[in-house]
Order: sequence, then C-alpha cells, then structure tokens
Amino acid sequence: MASILAVDDSASMRQMVAFTLKGAGYEVIEAVDGVDALNKAKGKSINVVLTDVNMPNMDGITLIKELRKLPNYKFTPMLMLTTESSMDKKSEGKSAGATGWLVKPFNPDQLLGTIKKVIG
Amino acid sequence: MSIDMSQFHQVFFEESFEGLDIMETGLMDLDLGAANDEEINTIFRAAHSIKGGAGTFGFTDISSFTHVMETLLDEMRDGCREVTREAVDLLLASIDCLREMLSAVDAGDEIDQVRKDSLQKDLESLLANGSGDSKPQSVQQTVESSKDETTSQGIWKITFAPHPNLFKTGNDPVRIFRELKTLGVLTSIVDISKLPSYFELDPEESYLTWEMKLDSECSEAEIDEVFAWVDEECELTISKLTEQVIIDDSPEEEITVVATEEKTEIEKQDSVKPVVARKKTNKKAGSENSSIRVGIDKIDALINMVGELVITQSMLSQISENFVESDLEKLRDGIDELERNTRELQENVMQIRMLPISFSFNRFPRLVRDMASKLGKNIELKMSGEQTELDKTVMEKIGDPLVHLVRNSLDHGIEMPDVRKAAGKPEVGTLQLNAYHEGGNIVIEIVDDGAGLNKERILSKARENGLVGEDEILPDEKIHELIFAPGFSTAAEVSDVSGRGVSMDVVMRNIRDLGGVVEIKSEEGKGSTFTIRLPLTLAILDGQLIRVGDHVYIIPLVSIVESLQVESENCNSLAGKAELYKLREEYISIIRLHKAFNITPDSTELTKGLLVVAESEGQKVGIFVDDLLAQQQVVIKSLETNYQKVDGISGATILGDGTVAMILDMTGLVHLSRNNPVAISNSQSLITEEAVA
Repeated sequence: MASILAVDDSASMRQMVAFTLKGAGYEVIEAVDGVDALNKAKGKSINVVLTDVNMPNMDGITLIKELRKLPNYKFTPMLMLTTESSMDKKSEGKSAGATGWLVKPFNPDQLLGTIKKVIG
Repeated sequence: MSIDMSQFHQVFFEESFEGLDIMETGLMDLDLGAANDEEINTIFRAAHSIKGGAGTFGFTDISSFTHVMETLLDEMRDGCREVTREAVDLLLASIDCLREMLSAVDAGDEIDQVRKDSLQKDLESLLANGSGDSKPQSVQQTVESSKDETTSQGIWKITFAPHPNLFKTGNDPVRIFRELKTLGVLTSIVDISKLPSYFELDPEESYLTWEMKLDSECSEAEIDEVFAWVDEECELTISKLTEQVIIDDSPEEEITVVATEEKTEIEKQDSVKPVVARKKTNKKAGSENSSIRVGIDKIDALINMVGELVITQSMLSQISENFVESDLEKLRDGIDELERNTRELQENVMQIRMLPISFSFNRFPRLVRDMASKLGKNIELKMSGEQTELDKTVMEKIGDPLVHLVRNSLDHGIEMPDVRKAAGKPEVGTLQLNAYHEGGNIVIEIVDDGAGLNKERILSKARENGLVGEDEILPDEKIHELIFAPGFSTAAEVSDVSGRGVSMDVVMRNIRDLGGVVEIKSEEGKGSTFTIRLPLTLAILDGQLIRVGDHVYIIPLVSIVESLQVESENCNSLAGKAELYKLREEYISIIRLHKAFNITPDSTELTKGLLVVAESEGQKVGIFVDDLLAQQQVVIKSLETNYQKVDGISGATILGDGTVAMILDMTGLVHLSRNNPVAISNSQSLITEEAVA
C-alpha cells in the first residue's frame, strides 16, 4: 500500500485530501508545515509527497529542496499544490526538484487522477 | 467516486474565521512606515488559505473576493506596493465583509452581493491605480491553451529527449509513456547513442532519447499536457503527420491504423461548479460554536487523574470485601484519598472548559480604533491579564456586556482632545482592560481616565424618571448605581454608539444571570472604573445553607450581604402591608420564607430566628430563617429540565446526606412575596402584634 505525505497548513484541505486518498486505498500521513513534514519523512518511508506552497515555518518549495537532499528521497515524486496565478512558483518549484504540480482548486477526482499518474 | 465535501465545510469555516482574526490583528499591528515582511506574509498566507479552501469547496463568491485581497497583499509582501493607511483600512473593511459572507454561507443564507461588489470594486481600483509597480494582473482564469485544440484522427510524431537529470525531480519517462498510451496507440524507438560506457555510466542520469508515433484522435494540447511537468527538462518536438505521408528516416514497424482502444479524456481544468451550501442548517453562525480546543496536556492530566481514581476505587473495594473492624482506619484513609482524587479531578475537568479571556479581549483593539476615529478622540487601549482563564460559556456571555461598557467609556467617559487639554490632562485618553483571578472569581476591570460619572446629571435624570424622591439624599455609590436602572440614560443625544439607555440595564442583568456582580468607582474629572466579578464556572455555586423548619434551602453566597439576629425595636410595618427592618440607616423589607413557600417554621416570631440580608436587583432584603447551617460548594442541577420552572427557585442540588435542597432565586423571591396575598394579610396581623410589643 503506497504512502502519501500530505502537507498543508489548512486543516480543511488536509482533511479533504486525506479522506479522498484514504478512500482510494492509499496510506496518508499529514503534516502542517515544512518542518513537520521533513520530520515525518525522515521517520517513515514515503512514496509520494503532496505539498502546499504557502506555509509557516518552512514553505513547500524549501521542503522539496530539503527532501531532495535525503538519499531516500532523491527520486520520490513530489507534487506542489499551486494556484493558477503563481506561474513563477512552478519554475521555482521545478528548480528545487519538484516532480510536478496540481492546480488549486481541484476536486477529488482530479487529485486521484494525478496521484494515479504518479504511482500507477 | 463521489465524495461528500460538506463534511469538511465546518472545519473550513472555523479555520477561515480564525484566519480572518489573524489577518485583522496582523493588519492593525503593521507599522505603516516600516512593515515587516514576515508580518505581511502571515496576513497573506491567511488570505491565501481562505481563497484556496473556498475554491476547493465551491464557494466561488468568497473565493473571487478573497483573491483580490490576496493580490493586494501579494504586492505588499513583494515590496511592489507601499503599505498605506488607505490600503489597511480597505482591507479591514473587506475582512468584515468576508466575515459576513462566511457566516451567511455557513447558515445557508444569501450573501450581501451589494456590499461585496462595492468593496471588490474599491479593492480593484486600488490595485489598478495604486502605488503598485506593474505586476501581472492575475485574475482567476481557466487554463488557457495557446496550442491548437482541434481533434481529429492523425499520427503524431513526438521526439522526447530528457535532460540528464530528469530523474532528480522524481520524474520517470515510463509514466509519460503510460499516459500517452491512454491517448492512442503508441510505438517508439529508442536512441541509445548517448549512452556512455559502463564504467562512465551514472545510473542516476538519463541518457536515452525516444522517437515515438502516437496514433490518436487527440489534440496537440492534450499531448502537451502529458509533458507539462517535464517541459523544461527535455527537448521535445511534437508534429502531426497525415495518415498517408510518413516523414521519417529510420526504419520502423508498420504503423497500424487501428481504432484507438481505451481513450480516456484528459480532464480539462474546468472551474469547479459552484456548489454553495444552501441547505438550511440549524447551527447558529457566529461565535457560539459547540466545540472547544483543549491542549493535550490538560487531557493527559485528566487521564492520569482518572487512573488514580481507579486505583483508589479498587483499593476501597478490596477493603470492603471481608471487612473487619480493624480495617476501619484503612477505610478512612481510603475515603480521604478518594476525596482528594475527586477534588483534583473536578478542578481539572473545570479547567477544560476554561479558555483565556484573550478570545474576548481580542475584539477590542479594533473596536477602540474604529470608535475613536469615528468620535474624533485620541484613545490608547491597554490590556492586561489576557491569559486569565474563564469558562467558555461565561466568556461568550460576558462579551456583549463588556462591549457595552467599553463603548460607554469611549463615548461618555473619555473627553474630546481639546477638552482634555483644557483640563490639563494628556490629549490621549487611556482605556484599561484588566483581568485577574481573585478568590474563586475572575475580576474584569474597565478603567478610563475620562470625565467620570456626573452625579448631578444622574440625580436629576433619576428624579425626572421618578426613581429618586425630590429630597432624597443618596451616597455616591448609590448615585452611580442608578445608571443601571432600566431605560436610564443621561446622554444628551442618542448616538448610534450608545445612549439609548438600554445597554446598562441589560449589562447588569447579563452579569447577574452569570452569578456575578458589577461595582462602580468614579471620580468626576478623573475617570471611572467598572469592576465585574464573575464566578469561574456556571455549574457550581458557593452557597449558604439555611433551615426553615424541616427544610433546607441554599442562598447563593454572592448575594448575601450579612446575617444578623433580629432586634425587635428595629421591626416596623409600612402601611400595614409589608414588614420592614431598620438596618443601620436604611429600611429593608423582610421576606418570610415560611410564608413564601407555605411551610412550617420553628417559630414565626422574628426575634426567635435569624435574618439573612441579601441583595436582589440593587435592593436589599432580609430573609427570615430559623437557622444558618454550613457554607459549601454545591453543584447546580436544573429544576426546569428535571421538573418544571418554579418561581423563587433557581435550581436544586443534592446534599451529602442524599436529600434535595432548593437554591433560592433572590429576584423571584422578592416578586413572590410581594404578590402573595396570604403573606400580606398574615403579616398584617403579625406586625400589629409586634408593633405593640
């Protein structure tokens, strides 16, 4: 069973994402910001990282950069949650090592489709 | 799979309201000259979260409105736009509008479109002309594809040459092929010419290139979509070949023009259909929600305590099994331990419902700021003791009274700057809000250094309203307390802020309902202090047990002024209708409990019993009882839910011996005895007796 790390400082978003993914049979680990996520990633083996960009303590892009430094996460798919208006964030994310992105707002089906693309 | 999103709505609303509070406090704390980047970022993030959530859950009005606010904040945090007072005020007004919108959607009501549109226009025009450097105006838009979207059967030639470090972003060409296959029939040839020798090979790098043919009805845009994530990490060419013409050099297999197998349509990025929650919910929108945040430490402490309780209980069980008299000492110890455990548990459970009063105080900086500027006054707000904790329900109910008192201080207390200057006071008036624990109560003080209460005006208004006799002379505190009388107001004009003369009376009543009291200290020219004393919790009462005949009643300690033995020479009657007692310089009416409740006392002679002097609605009354018993804490049980409402009784409790004792309601008692004809006619005869005696 694949495990997904869902990172977002908004509780309602986390809940929606976790509920959707768990319903599809994935294991979901939640984190509230980059620091929390980094700790959880170090403690467990995770298959996909799904992270918001704007968060306190450590933002999503820095999180991806830090995760890529860890030997276990060199090739792990990492997706950013971005909004339509932040085109520059996408390239910033890519330079930091992000695999791709998912545009907000998204609905559960879009989320599942994207995750499936990434872990099949 | 369809998921019911409405289960997440409540959390979204809660966190959005919290986010708005963070934005509001953040905006007001911003230093207009030198705004701190991190502070603006915090405000931005809150707006961003609300927008994201609103979009996800389909609240498009909220989403689009917040988007404009977010854009403004984005410019500020990037340094493209100056943080001006105008911008801050506009954002604060937008926060108010957002609050209203969120409440409306939560309750299933219509949003005030007019207000929203007007503010949105203001925000947009500020964005348009304001001091912002041109940042690309980002309005929410659906994905625009500049590529051709026409679909028709055809063969696409795709060359895909990933850069060496494609893997380092977690991408994998295999996934891309898989996705392409869902569009049509895919054939490919790999080019390994760039592969170095085995010893020079770095397994983490990509050296392969592919030439592919995709037979599909899809559009170029759809193919582009597949490569969207790796766009900048590869060399990519996509071109369409016609079915007949094959432009290609390298040998390849026969292209089979087969009907496409599975053709899953790539979901286009449509805007989410607005699914605004229009169901009528029974929940009250606003600050009174039925959940509370509790720190894990409090829960852990509780779990510990329950553990101790269980240990004590099993110890006691053990002792009671095969009990011998020599075990009595152990039993006593066990019961003492039980009492300790229970008390600790009780204290800690009470703690759970406690929240810091900052939740209530937090609205005041904004309120004072807005009111001061509306009134044209210069006022500084100082708060202390914001971490003082009190029961959640008490805090919710004290909110409005506090607002009234603060508004009064701002409106009537603190003078205009020029008046203050003329009086030799600093132009800036000070309003203090203090909170602290004292005894079993929480004390809240509202202190202003304004003009103080005007005794003359109060007295004359009271005389006008018939509350005070023409020649009656009252001590200062009595005059001050007159402002709590219903409909009382000495405000020259009725401002929309205060002055309708309703507030103070309601304030008094609300505080009384919470089992609290209000005191006023005021000095003309210097200022006023309103002190509110509230019990820390609603469910437990400090009570004085009293006995009338065989019955035990409880009088709330907070209402008792004093208790005394009756001196017959101080007893009087007034026009033969009521009994009065002369207590030092004032006359108070006597309430005979046995008459009010129709029970048999030990004695009906006043001198044989005791008089408990209690306060009700600013008036003192003397309750005639047989005996005073202990003072103790009692747990209030509602009579209404277990039986029905009874006049003169505010609740009941179960005493240690298992009997039920009624808790007296002072206000109700006073009315009861006034209206009871039996009491009146009986007391008539009794009084004549005593008057003669």
